[in-house]
Amino acid sequence: MLETIINNLSNIQAEVIITVTLCVVLLVHLIDRKNTSLLTLISAAGLAVAMYILSGAVGVNSSAFSGMLSIDPFATFFKIVIVLATLVVVVMSRFSDEVNAEKKTIGEYYFLLLSMCLGMMFMVGASNLLMMYLTLEMSSLSSYVASGFTRKAKDSSEASLKYLLYGAFSSGVMLYGISIVYGLTGTLDIVGINQMLMQGSASPLALIVSSIFILVGFGYKISAVPFHFWTPDVYEGAPTTITAFLSVASKAAGFAMMMRAFKVMFIDSSVMNLPEGTWVFIQGVHIQNALMILSVLTMTLGNLVALWQDNVKRLLAYSSIAQAGYMLLGLVVLSNDGFSAVMVYFAVYLFMNLGAFYVVMLIANKINSEHIDQYRGLGKRSPLLAVALAVFLISLTGLPPTAGFIGKWMIFLSLINAKMVVVAVIGVLNSVVSLYYYVRIIRNMFLRDEQSATIEPFKFPLAQQVLLLTLLIPTLYFGLFFNQLVEFAQMSVQMFGMK
Amino acid sequence: MELKILNIGVLTWLTFLPIIGMIIVLLLPKEQKTAVRWTSLVFTLLQVVLAFLVFIKFDRSMAGVNSADTMQFKEVFDWINVKSTGWFGSIKIEYFLGIDGISMPMVFLTAIISCIAVISSWTIEKSIKGYFALLLLLDTGMMGVFVSLDFFLFYIFWEVMLLPMYFLIGVWGGPRREYAAIKFFLYTLLGSVLLLLAMLALYFSVTIIDPASGEKIHTFNMLAMMNPANYEPGSILSGVSTSWRYLAYIAIFIGFAIKVPIFPFHTWLPDAHVEAPTAISVILAGVLLKMGTYGLLRIGFPIFPDAAMHYLYPLAFLGFINIIYGAFCAMAQKDFKKLIAYSSVSHMGIVILGMAAMNTQGMLGGMLQMFNHGTITAMLFLIVGVIYDRTHTRGLDDFGGLMNKMPKYSGVMMIAFFAAIGLPGLSGFISEAFSFLGAFQTFRWLTIASAFGIVLTAGYMLWTLQRVFLGTLPEKWNDLTDINARELSMLIPLAIIVIVLGVYPNLMLDVMNASANTLVDFVKGSAGATIIN
Repeated sequence: MLETIINNLSNIQAEVIITVTLCVVLLVHLIDRKNTSLLTLISAAGLAVAMYILSGAVGVNSSAFSGMLSIDPFATFFKIVIVLATLVVVVMSRFSDEVNAEKKTIGEYYFLLLSMCLGMMFMVGASNLLMMYLTLEMSSLSSYVASGFTRKAKDSSEASLKYLLYGAFSSGVMLYGISIVYGLTGTLDIVGINQMLMQGSASPLALIVSSIFILVGFGYKISAVPFHFWTPDVYEGAPTTITAFLSVASKAAGFAMMMRAFKVMFIDSSVMNLPEGTWVFIQGVHIQNALMILSVLTMTLGNLVALWQDNVKRLLAYSSIAQAGYMLLGLVVLSNDGFSAVMVYFAVYLFMNLGAFYVVMLIANKINSEHIDQYRGLGKRSPLLAVALAVFLISLTGLPPTAGFIGKWMIFLSLINAKMVVVAVIGVLNSVVSLYYYVRIIRNMFLRDEQSATIEPFKFPLAQQVLLLTLLIPTLYFGLFFNQLVEFAQMSVQMFGMK
Repeated sequence: MELKILNIGVLTWLTFLPIIGMIIVLLLPKEQKTAVRWTSLVFTLLQVVLAFLVFIKFDRSMAGVNSADTMQFKEVFDWINVKSTGWFGSIKIEYFLGIDGISMPMVFLTAIISCIAVISSWTIEKSIKGYFALLLLLDTGMMGVFVSLDFFLFYIFWEVMLLPMYFLIGVWGGPRREYAAIKFFLYTLLGSVLLLLAMLALYFSVTIIDPASGEKIHTFNMLAMMNPANYEPGSILSGVSTSWRYLAYIAIFIGFAIKVPIFPFHTWLPDAHVEAPTAISVILAGVLLKMGTYGLLRIGFPIFPDAAMHYLYPLAFLGFINIIYGAFCAMAQKDFKKLIAYSSVSHMGIVILGMAAMNTQGMLGGMLQMFNHGTITAMLFLIVGVIYDRTHTRGLDDFGGLMNKMPKYSGVMMIAFFAAIGLPGLSGFISEAFSFLGAFQTFRWLTIASAFGIVLTAGYMLWTLQRVFLGTLPEKWNDLTDINARELSMLIPLAIIVIVLGVYPNLMLDVMNASANTLVDFVKGSAGATIIN
């Protein structure tokens, strides 16, 4: 037994490294409470090593811990996204006044960040319902605490509590769904569940109810409408770094888990003569329709509500809800190209969304506000920052020649390929709506001058500019040269045990 | 025909010269205002020289349109090449440039108008670096649209123009600039997302044999999309006159119609024009509007000949509405610039009518009218700009008797005004006559009704002339100065083109003739042939 566990550990080296790192971070902080830059350094180093290990694991396709975890290209892709996001957020946190003000507990901050990362890395590979639930909880628990990290700020505590309540409720519902599935099939292994369901003995009603309940859990994690109510408050209240992290990594992990669960559990492998790379759900499972309704609602509501937001963080929160809506479209088509589109989307979303939040954080460092009116005249005060934010926002809108366009383009490509024209039309109309609120920020930065007479330029240290450029350059580069990215994503749709 | 400079094709130079200029402008220190201006001017002048070179070297006998062999100055490189997986073919996007008789005049026009826009922007003082950088980026976008033959590439250039335009109107515009800029942005984006969907549908419907690997691949190559044999049976846009094809055509049409703008998608235009600075109005009217009609000629007609033939009458009818409605609106305006803006709507209607005639005369007339309208309206906007710079008002009733006060100015103005009216001997006459001549053969009554627009045009143009230039000069304008050398340097070249093309239109018609004929034959032929099938 012990031997198997030790053998299996070699499959999860990256996770082991993260675990070691987070322990070291805690210890170091206990020993030396002053040296915060050491914490950043250790965390970043640990993540970089994990990244290196992951890049060596590309293409591995196996499973570990008696089928609990899949170590497949699909999981590796998302792990890379998550580790990269964590790495960026760790460096970002170094520059955040908000985080660094909490000197006493800063060690816990990095600890929480790393444990969220760890939980998410397990989430994307989980192929057993119990494992899914546990890893979901693992990442969620750290998120609840992390979003309340700035304890003195009232809205941060509110965010944390709200997040916890919604999380507890929806994971409860999900657990209920899981228990029904277990009752129907007698197993928790998702491949096993699929085999049992294929025999067709399960009651259709129970199947619908359980699949919808499980969907609730996922929907909460990816903040899909109508499970999104926590998102704006949490995103606004949490420290900007945590918000950025949640909006990218947490969403990526939620999506990966959901994609795996639905594809493996409910796929009907007996249906022949489908075009290669597409599949259908078992008869009686109406997840495709549910997902379609969910995605349309999510992007439409996210976009429409974002129009009225005056707090940039809150605006980006609604924007990230809308973005989840577009990504859900990639799931609706039930095909490999839909999945690879979602993965491409996440890869570019990583850069553009983290970039947008990073700029918001830098500005908040200077003017201590996230109100959209405070962005007036930013184009004059700091052209680099303003141009960068403009590029990130345009990319979020999905206009060429930015990477965001490629993400949307791939999604619509898969939709048109599946001849789902109506949904595609709704999607593109939504991106026209989204232009309006993204441009509102751009308008304030460039078209309107600052009200106060004193316009002093912002100065940023070189290190902060370097991070900005590392996010900005890929956002532009992938817009024009997306060969490798798309190939990598297409290669990575492969899940363990599936064709 | 091929032309290479430093082993790089001339079309790439034409397209990316402004980008080089933009980078230099951005690197210059903020205080070096003159250097910024001159850099922009040098690069756009170089572009004009290249465009002129291309114009001379252009082989008048080659038609292009749907055949890659007769496209000129071709450049084909692999740009994106995603290897195929078992379940998804390879994604291949080419950097495919080339021009034919449809695009050649537009390339020439873009180069000239951009250069003139730079001269016209000489007096801009606010954030001058940003202004010229954006202007040059816009230039690249416009040129790119006219030379790209790969739909994806075309789309990228098409969208690249939006943001610079937004800023140019929004930052340097008039009092209601924010509203006008976002309205322009939203309208155009709405059109282009429809274009995007149609493009994707086309992509999945068209397959060609990849010469490199021998496998069947989907393609964004526009010329491949024009060949009915390339459509995969059972795909979304295969077949003839199917509702999907009609829908796709309508999506593409709306995308382009917003840009033209065709009624009822025109409402962004007057706002954008009134708020935009003079140079941007010139670009907007001179080049951007042509992209709509160019898109129809390059993509709408040849890729969807069946749908184009099916919707020919509605198209002509919209052209008619544009002509009459635009003219009536222009007549009601009290703002000089808004008047010119609506006259653009009216004149673009003639282009639409000529194209819809679907015969050689109409097509030639429409295409020539695109070029002529570009030069004439650019002149008109410059003329408004000259007077606005001096008086800071554009109210038609605020003026009078400028003829005596500003004789040189009035001389140039006369050329532009009479060209817009369509006086024989000036370029506008030829293209309008051809358009109506062609349209008359196809839509008799509609053309007769549309021709009434010419009377209206003469009406509002002459009325404007009377109100602004004749009569007595209000006292407050007693110290107006006449047009200066810089302003003349932008108007004179345009005036020369207007006169030369009025006297000897063959200069331009020669270039377009083969392509116009081929296009008409191709659209009619493939629509006709497919109906028999």
